[in-house]
Amino acid sequence: MVTEKPTLETVWDWLSAVPDPEIPVISLTDLGIIRDVSWEEDTLVVTVTPTYSGCPATSIINLDIETALRGHGIEKLTLKRQLSPAWTTDWLSEAGRAKLEDYGIAPPQPAGGPQHCPRCKSSAVEKISQFGSTPCKAQWRCTDCMEPFDYFKCI
Amino acid sequence: MSDPLFEFLCRLGDNTLVLGHRVSEWCGVAPVLEEDIALANVALDLIGQTQLWLGLAGEVEGQGRDADRLAFHRDVWDFRNVLLVEQPNGDFGQTMMRQFLFDSWHLSYLKALMSSSNEQIAAIAEKSVKEVTYHLERSTDTVIGLGDGTEESHDRMQKALDRLYPYVGEMFLSDDVDAAMVAQGIAPDPTTLRPAFDAHLAQVLGEATLTKPADDFAHKGGKTGARHSEHLGHMLTQMQWLQRAYPDATW
Repeated sequence: MVTEKPTLETVWDWLSAVPDPEIPVISLTDLGIIRDVSWEEDTLVVTVTPTYSGCPATSIINLDIETALRGHGIEKLTLKRQLSPAWTTDWLSEAGRAKLEDYGIAPPQPAGGPQHCPRCKSSAVEKISQFGSTPCKAQWRCTDCMEPFDYFKCI
Repeated sequence: MSDPLFEFLCRLGDNTLVLGHRVSEWCGVAPVLEEDIALANVALDLIGQTQLWLGLAGEVEGQGRDADRLAFHRDVWDFRNVLLVEQPNGDFGQTMMRQFLFDSWHLSYLKALMSSSNEQIAAIAEKSVKEVTYHLERSTDTVIGLGDGTEESHDRMQKALDRLYPYVGEMFLSDDVDAAMVAQGIAPDPTTLRPAFDAHLAQVLGEATLTKPADDFAHKGGKTGARHSEHLGHMLTQMQWLQRAYPDATW
């Protein structure tokens, strides 16, 4: 039970501890999909935007947000879906980009391809396929260390 | 005719639903793993867009039908997709030719919808454009690669084009529903998108060393629902099997 409304800052902190279900090294706030948190009287309203319209993780993400906030004692909660402005990889946090690379996923680049291999850092990379294991990723390969790797598509 | 806005939204949602289902038929049986994954990803995007379009259609109709109900509880005559998307997969080349022809139209149409007077439609279009840009890039590359490939792949792509080209015209036909959308500033007149499509088609077919059929004859009847091809009914028996056998079953 929460007797006093937690501040919005506190709620953001809680949300920054919720991992992305597909790429658990980054949090939902790193991913940039939480667009707004506000109080409407005694109801907490969290506005979420989907990464890809058909991404199956979207419903799990909503469930995870709800579970986390209820775990912190929030009883009245509304999740809102916002489509516009559409999610862009520009909203990935700097911390999130670094965590992705450490994890072996090349972060998105405006140039449309990875800057370098996330393992050996060689810039000799080539595209295998425009699509990968989740809607947000493409498959690339390093022609120096020969390792295939995921690239987080830039959209 | 029912509310033109409802009809219009069903057209958008049924296009993505039927093509999404068709493309998903490749899951597990595509020529190589990367293509299998790519096809499944495209199907997933299209089904996601379907949920948005048909979800909005259900809201506009206001009779309690949600996206699932519209997708699984209507029969052939209530579907409003263009004939192109219900055509069978054929071989991989035919699937990718169908995708290329649809994506080219789809992207230009969605871009125009981004300035729709209806905010919800503009928002769905804005979201979809990002996904469909990727689809078109890939289908264009594949059509060029296979068209300008081996003798075998070239012949198959030419056959696919000859087989599917008569379904292109329907995407650019305008009728009373379109006129109502134009009048309200909701959507563009499809006929206005044809010149840019033709220019893009000519450029890609040139690179792919393929020849556009001389005859511009166009089958029609899909988007109005007047006459679908026989293939849609067969597809729905698969897609709707569960809801037909166990109506209203939930997950």
